Amino acid sequence: MTSTDGQESGPRRAGSAPASGGTRPGGRRPRRDRVSEALWGYAFIAPAGLGLAVFHLWPVLQTGYFSFTQWGVFGGHTWTGLDNYHRLLTDPEVARSLVNTLAYTALGLVGIPLAIVFAALLNREGLRGTGVYRTLFFLPVVTMPVAVAMVWRWLYNGEYGLVNHVLALVGIDGPHWIADPDTALFALAAVGVWSGLGYNLIIFLAGIQAIPKEFYDAAAIDGAGPVRQFFRITLPLLSPTAFFVSVISVIGSLQLFDLVYVLAGSGLTGRANPAFPRIQTVVQLFYDRAFLTDDRGYAAAIVMMLLVIIVALTALQFRMQKRWVHYG
Amino acid sequence: MAEVGRAYEGGRARSRRRSHVGVHAILIPASLVMIAPFLWQIVTSLKTLSSATRVPPSLLPEGRWDNYGRMFDLLPFSDQFLNTALMAAGRTAGQILLCPLAAYAFARLRFPGRSVLFGLFLSVLMVPPQLFVLPQYEITASLGWLNSVQALIVPGMFSAFGVFLLRQFFLGLPRELEEAARLDGAGPLRTYWYVMLPLARPGVIAMSVLALLWSWNDLFWPLVVNTDPEKMTLSAGLAALQGQFQTDYPVLMAGSLLASLPVIAAFALLQRQFIQGIAHTGVKG
Repeated sequence: MTSTDGQESGPRRAGSAPASGGTRPGGRRPRRDRVSEALWGYAFIAPAGLGLAVFHLWPVLQTGYFSFTQWGVFGGHTWTGLDNYHRLLTDPEVARSLVNTLAYTALGLVGIPLAIVFAALLNREGLRGTGVYRTLFFLPVVTMPVAVAMVWRWLYNGEYGLVNHVLALVGIDGPHWIADPDTALFALAAVGVWSGLGYNLIIFLAGIQAIPKEFYDAAAIDGAGPVRQFFRITLPLLSPTAFFVSVISVIGSLQLFDLVYVLAGSGLTGRANPAFPRIQTVVQLFYDRAFLTDDRGYAAAIVMMLLVIIVALTALQFRMQKRWVHYG
Repeated sequence: MAEVGRAYEGGRARSRRRSHVGVHAILIPASLVMIAPFLWQIVTSLKTLSSATRVPPSLLPEGRWDNYGRMFDLLPFSDQFLNTALMAAGRTAGQILLCPLAAYAFARLRFPGRSVLFGLFLSVLMVPPQLFVLPQYEITASLGWLNSVQALIVPGMFSAFGVFLLRQFFLGLPRELEEAARLDGAGPLRTYWYVMLPLARPGVIAMSVLALLWSWNDLFWPLVVNTDPEKMTLSAGLAALQGQFQTDYPVLMAGSLLASLPVIAAFALLQRQFIQGIAHTGVKG
């Protein structure tokens, strides 16, 4: 805020400012008032707007520009046209991390039906302990992802991990999970679903609670039991919420970094993990190129590719929503 | 389920009770899966390394509280704690100051170009944050801010999400009080500060709680800008430790518990606000 001395300065400044456009038909308020309101409007959005312009909007354009450049060892960059994008198309590491990220994203969608079922169960009338259950499901959502990943790394430990101890009780010799190329991605996705379940659950609970009770009462009178009510009422009326959750969950999964950075390692520690090529994600590759090997132009091209994929998959979901989302 | 229709009152109550047993039979094991990793984290954090790696493992902790102390030897843990707290507080304070102000203007004040500008704000919301990182890093480096607290705070003070969330909130507030303030001669700033901002408090709290949560847990940006251990945040510090001391799990468990404890405590205190905040993110315009 530039002026804090209240409303006096507004109209005064407004008086000398050029008017924008003529008097609108029907607009009874004096022009002075409208101009002053507009100036206040600009003043109110200016601090947040300038910050967003400098730290968010401009950087997007600049990243786009960087993706056409090559960075020197001693700083500075030169225009190299489409070179980075040509390299991108033939780089096996890019292809691998892209496949991993897409597979992780697809596996992560399992969390949506799970969250819907738990939300429906938690919403049962007269159920005791709802608050406790909700808290327990929500706990991983508030816990620092680095800490979550660290705990799971310990749980997944091949020799001493709790997961394999439990499996041993039923006679299963568990694998090394995140260090085993065959299981690493599934193990990673399981942690992702586990830690995001509470978030989705809360959104679905809010969605379920917005469904008018009369629908259920009417269904009960018609003799529909809870399971039938779930499929005939809850599920269709929840589909707009499910659509929203699936859009944000896909966007979030495509940007996976924290969990995999700790679970799989990065840079040198990453290379030591035999399963690393099977769980390295796009954002992790971006991090490596941008900040470990200082190949910033190429890194910029990698995140531009990520942007294109996110936009494409989001657009695809919006196109497909007609087939399964019920509105009104 | 078939008996719902007959003997209305009694039958319904009985079937409900019975089906709740079934519900608990699903929810109890499920919540065990949710809580077990944390319980195991606590148990492990109180063991020695040799007993943590015993087969079969003991399910009981051993009271090795010194694991928590050892965290402070391995890392400048208290520095990192302070950095994280300053980052979370600074970003949240910035957002509380700036977001509702812009949100109010977008919701209620009329000015030319309002929808175009709001569209620009929204477009920021759609872009994955990784696209900001390289130029933000360049800006931070050119300001000489690498390895500083302001590097952690300043780029995170501006939130398109906060503006969007609160605009929705302001749009849902009644216009009457605002009109009354205006008729009394209050200008937009005064109306905003004394009338509308107090009314928007639940929305501002929901936004702040999320801002606190997300900045406390943030990894990518702090990892990139502050590489000096004294200037790192807890998440970056812990992640760095992971690479070096891969085997001492009891100490790692103690450290990760300490690092996530403040947010878990805040959640315990402000549970309703957390949950409302999250539920708000699911409310579409």
